[in-house]
Amino acid sequence: MTTLRQSIQSSRTRPDALPASVPFASTGHPGSLLGISDLSLDQITGTLTRASLLESEDPLARAHRLAKRRIALLFYESSTRTRTSFELAAKSLGCDTTLVSSLSSSIEKGETLKDTGLTLRALGAEAIILRHPNSGAPWLLEQSTGLPVLNAGDGMHEHPSQALLDLRTILACLGLGAETAIAANTLAGVTVTITGDILHSRVARSNMLLLPRLGARVQLCGPPALLPDLAAQAGPGITIERDFDHALAQSHIVMMLRIQAERLAGLQLDLDEYRQRYQLTVERLAAHPSVAHVLHPGPIIRGLELTAEVADGPQSRILDQVRNGVAIRMALVERALTATRSGATQ
Amino acid sequence: MNDHAGNASPENARPANERAANTPGTPPITLIRGGRLVDPAAGIDEKRDLLLRDGRVAEVAPRIHLSPADAAHTQILDATGLVVAPGLIDIHVHLREPGQTHKETIATGTAAAAAGGFTAVAAMPNTVPTNDTPEITRWMQSPDRNPSARVFPIAAATRALRGEQINDFAALKAAGAVAVTDDGHPILRDNIMREVLAAATRHGLPVIQHAEDTRLTEGASMNAGPVAFRLGLRGMPPEAEYGLVERDIRLVAELARDSKSARPHLHVAHTSTAQAVAAVHQARRNGLHVTCEVAPHHFLLTEHHVGCYNTHAKMNPPLRSEADRDAMIQGILDGVVDAIATDHAPHAAHEKEVEFERAPNGITGLETALGLSLHWLHGEWRLPLSRVLSLLSAQPAALLGFKGRGTLSVGSFADVIVFDPDAEWTWLAAHSRSRSRNSPFDGWTMRGRIRHTLSEGRLVHSA
Ligand SMILES: [Zn+2]
Repeated sequence: MTTLRQSIQSSRTRPDALPASVPFASTGHPGSLLGISDLSLDQITGTLTRASLLESEDPLARAHRLAKRRIALLFYESSTRTRTSFELAAKSLGCDTTLVSSLSSSIEKGETLKDTGLTLRALGAEAIILRHPNSGAPWLLEQSTGLPVLNAGDGMHEHPSQALLDLRTILACLGLGAETAIAANTLAGVTVTITGDILHSRVARSNMLLLPRLGARVQLCGPPALLPDLAAQAGPGITIERDFDHALAQSHIVMMLRIQAERLAGLQLDLDEYRQRYQLTVERLAAHPSVAHVLHPGPIIRGLELTAEVADGPQSRILDQVRNGVAIRMALVERALTATRSGATQ
Repeated sequence: MNDHAGNASPENARPANERAANTPGTPPITLIRGGRLVDPAAGIDEKRDLLLRDGRVAEVAPRIHLSPADAAHTQILDATGLVVAPGLIDIHVHLREPGQTHKETIATGTAAAAAGGFTAVAAMPNTVPTNDTPEITRWMQSPDRNPSARVFPIAAATRALRGEQINDFAALKAAGAVAVTDDGHPILRDNIMREVLAAATRHGLPVIQHAEDTRLTEGASMNAGPVAFRLGLRGMPPEAEYGLVERDIRLVAELARDSKSARPHLHVAHTSTAQAVAAVHQARRNGLHVTCEVAPHHFLLTEHHVGCYNTHAKMNPPLRSEADRDAMIQGILDGVVDAIATDHAPHAAHEKEVEFERAPNGITGLETALGLSLHWLHGEWRLPLSRVLSLLSAQPAALLGFKGRGTLSVGSFADVIVFDPDAEWTWLAAHSRSRSRNSPFDGWTMRGRIRHTLSEGRLVHSA
């Protein structure tokens, strides 16, 4: 008797209706950035190049690029760094920006994301930058409005602009200039360890999906409660190393993550034990000289995932990340307002 | 191709839905002529004429000749090249009435049923208010609801589905309830489930369990696994389902052991995990009366179909892994699965057009179950037509004890479908008879086109 698997495989038309997988990439507006997989390596190169060009441009000339174009920042979660970064980026290009936050009355009154999006569009918004506590909310907003949407962090899902600014930081750390066209081997031989609350981290997801595409090895490190084994299946080039010291011994770059107390959902953690096993200290850095650079997407909790000495120390690239954020987001805002459908496939 | 207007000729068809199945009146005599009659319960798969009279099957024969007196007022349906089969039976639907008529009503839900070939549906009790009283049970069956198919209410096992106070099963059964369940609100406490099983057994009612240990699924919106991790969604682990199935089977075994006369019937709703089907299989080998159903979406789709947060791929139990999906097909092919049931769960468009985690669970299914089953189970996996039809009629009828349904033997209810078994067509959710459109199968190719649906002798759908 043939088994089911054989009979399924021998059936003629399985692929069309019973696909093994459904693409995760957006097929919506070409100016959108919903997940990091939306961008090809060429498009990433283009974004990095534009970021450098815009960053070095005369501010007055830059402010003419998108003068009086309208950008809405729709923030359902509080945020200082990302919101300010996007806002400064958009304003540097001359855009008018409007902030709608979770404290706004329409959101408080229970208006749906779709209706808020349609309202912003009717008010003249040409692109929306969205931060939202629910994974996938940017897809809904893009579908509902047809506008380019920039994902500024959705639930536990992705934070693609953060991954791009982290990439820019990493490339600079490695002495790879902005002129480098990135390719599948640009980061070959480089090991990046992401440590901490991977489960709840959208930054971790975007980075672990991006960096291996450039040849980097991504090592995830953390306790099982914050790092399930199946995280290694998120994509190629991802491994799990539970022992932080082992992980550091093999790493060139380490990215520390904060424990997201707001998403723990009843999970109990022994913070003393956590510090002992996963805190990045000057002693640990000294013991593992291969680790030349420490990244952290912020906000940092000094004394928990890393010590103050490390945060302020010579390997820390935390403030470089913040600076790179504005440049990357200028490029993303520009792309959002200028991308065309034909250009999307280039 | 998916037009609403019937194209049957005027002399042999009434407009769809003109008369409801449950309304009194004299149904016409109907002769369905020249079709391939497939009646799995009777072991028939041959060319037969079928005569329906007074809402019942009057005669099944190779060639039926009408008396001149009858000929004058007989509607004749030419079934040449078509299959004639028992009306389909769906033992798991949510008709939303009373209470949520913006999603569905008994009239629209059973119109969708008729369009999909279903002549009997078992309606879940999570209405507003909950169907936990004989009054609501009777109200749902009233001809005033204008149904196009027979509605069999399944009553709540406990008051307001709270899992605390057991309802009056004797009164509910007397009012027409065919089973009890707290569907959507699984009964977690052992002592309550034991009491429900014992009381239902005393009254000859099956207990239907939505098997989900909700202590393991809080905040979850899809199957636990790599896809959920990738999408940043909290997952429902498979053990939340099979763990509860195993617990329920243990309770059934204990009850059967403690009392020789008691033979509890546990029916596992919408099984979605390989282990749950295996547990049901093992329980049956141990001589217990445990049955299960599988929904088309669980034998066709996987967690990958969530894709970019498609809320039409959100239901409970969730779409599972490929291995689980394959286990559902295998369970169907092996005969472990007792019925195909849709878990038809209509929701208004605006309710599904929200963030994935906030969207309600469920999809519609009444109009796609036959077309998908014929396309995939029969067309691709070579399950014989009579077995596909059995899973959609004879077996569910037997499972819930529907006498005189799920078969076309003489004296049975004249619940009949006539369909073109080879016709391929495209399902367009926008053309649904349901009040809702939340189908993940929009645009999918279906096989087998319903031409006529007769409910107790009345033509309730033609296309
Ligand atoms: Zn259910």
